[in-house]
Amino acid sequence: MIPSVFTYKRAGSAEEACDLAAEYGEDAKYLAGGHSLLPLMKLRLAAPEVIIDLSALRDLSYVTDQGSYVAIGALTRHHDVEHSDLLAREVPLLAHAAGQVGDPQIRHRGTIGGSVAHADPASDLPAVLLALDATLVARGTDGAREIGIGEFFQGLFETVLEPGELLTEIRVPKPPAAGWSFQKFTQRAIDWAIVGVAVQGNHVALVNMGGTPLRATTVEAALADGASTADAAAHAADGTSAAADIRASREYREHLARVLVSRALTEAGTRA
Amino acid sequence: MDSDPRGTESEQSVKVDLTVNGKDITADVEDRMLLVHFLRDVADLTATNVGCDTTSCGACTVLLDGESVKSCTVLAAQASGHEITTVEGLASNGTMHPVQQAFHEQHGLQCGFCTPGMVMAIVSLLKENPHPTEEQVRTGLEGNLCRCTGYHNIVRAALAASEMSAEVSS
Repeated sequence: MIPSVFTYKRAGSAEEACDLAAEYGEDAKYLAGGHSLLPLMKLRLAAPEVIIDLSALRDLSYVTDQGSYVAIGALTRHHDVEHSDLLAREVPLLAHAAGQVGDPQIRHRGTIGGSVAHADPASDLPAVLLALDATLVARGTDGAREIGIGEFFQGLFETVLEPGELLTEIRVPKPPAAGWSFQKFTQRAIDWAIVGVAVQGNHVALVNMGGTPLRATTVEAALADGASTADAAAHAADGTSAAADIRASREYREHLARVLVSRALTEAGTRA
Repeated sequence: MDSDPRGTESEQSVKVDLTVNGKDITADVEDRMLLVHFLRDVADLTATNVGCDTTSCGACTVLLDGESVKSCTVLAAQASGHEITTVEGLASNGTMHPVQQAFHEQHGLQCGFCTPGMVMAIVSLLKENPHPTEEQVRTGLEGNLCRCTGYHNIVRAALAASEMSAEVSS
C-alpha cells in the first residue's frame, strides 16, 4: 500500500516548518515520527497534498528539569521518554506508559508531540498527559502560546491547533501525589488499547472511551467524597461515549473501563 | 489512477542520499516512496520483506542509525542522510553475525519469511540490552510476527546470540 501523491518538504527549523504550514494551510500535514500518519496515508484515510517533515528539528528532542515541571521537546521519541532517568524519577507514569506504546520499532520512531497532536483517542499518551495535567506549548507565525491539555482535544483527530501552529513542548508538572498506574487492555501487544486507564494521584483518565481522551470526573468526585476504590470505579463509564467497532462493543468497553479503573486505583494505592 | 504503485516512476521526485550497509546510494525517487521499496527496488536488496504493510508484522525491520524500524512506515525521503543496515549487511568477510549464527544453530526459522526482520529486531534488542532475560526477549520482539508460530526457537536464538556475544567480548 502506497500513499496518494504528495509533495515532500523537509523543514530545517521550527520557524521554517510554521512558515511552510502557513503557506500550504489545510493541504499540509506535519510529519514527526510518522507512525500514526503514514499508516493512515497508506490506507488512504488521509491524503495530505504536502508533507512537512520535522525530523531535522533535532533541537525539539529533549527532556529537562525545570523545577516544578519537566519539559519535553515535542519531537522526543517514545523510546527516549521511556528511558529518561529524569522521567523515571519524577514522572514514572509517563516513562512507563511510553514503554507500552506499540512495539520497540514504533517507539524508535514515534514522538510524544506527534502522538498528542494527532489526537487519536485510542492513543496511550494523550490520556496519560491528561491525568498528569500537562501544559502544551505551540508556536505559530505570531509567536508561542500555552494550552492546558484539558482544552486541547476537540474531537476525533481534532485539536485547537491552528494550521501553521506547531506543537513544540510538553510541560509535565511534577505530580504532588505519588500513586500512579497505567492499565492497557489489548488483544495483541502491538494493538491500540481497546480501553486504557491512567491514574496519577486523584486524577483518572481514560483511553478510547470517547472521541477524545477523557477525565473520569465522576470517579474522581467519588474518590474525593471518600468512596472506596470499588464504589468509585463503578462510575468509570459515566459520561463516556465509547465507540463500538470490530474489537469491542460499547457495553464491553464500559465494562472494561470499570474493571481497569478498579485495577488502576488499586495499583496506584500500593505506590502512594 | 496512480502510474506505478511503488513510486519508481516519478512525477514528483525528491533526491534521497542514503548509506545502505556502508555504501552510499543516491537516487531521485517519488516523494511518497517508502524506505522498504527503496531498499528492494532501488538498492536491489531484496532480503527485507514486505509482510503486512501495516506496521504490525515487522518483516520489513531494518536498522536506521543502528535502531530497529519498520521500513514500510518510513519514507525514503525521511531516511535521507541516515545509515541503514539490512540483513545483507550483517555478515563480515563471509562470517555470519552472531545473531545469524544463532538462528542457524537453534533452527530459529521455519518458512523464513519473518527471519530477516526478526534478525534485525534482535540485533537492535541486543545492542540496547546485551544480556536480556527470556521475558525481555519476548517483549522485545512484540513488533515481529512469525506466522509459522516458531517463536520458541527464535527466542532461543536470541538468547544464544547474547551468550555468543558475551564470549566474544570477554
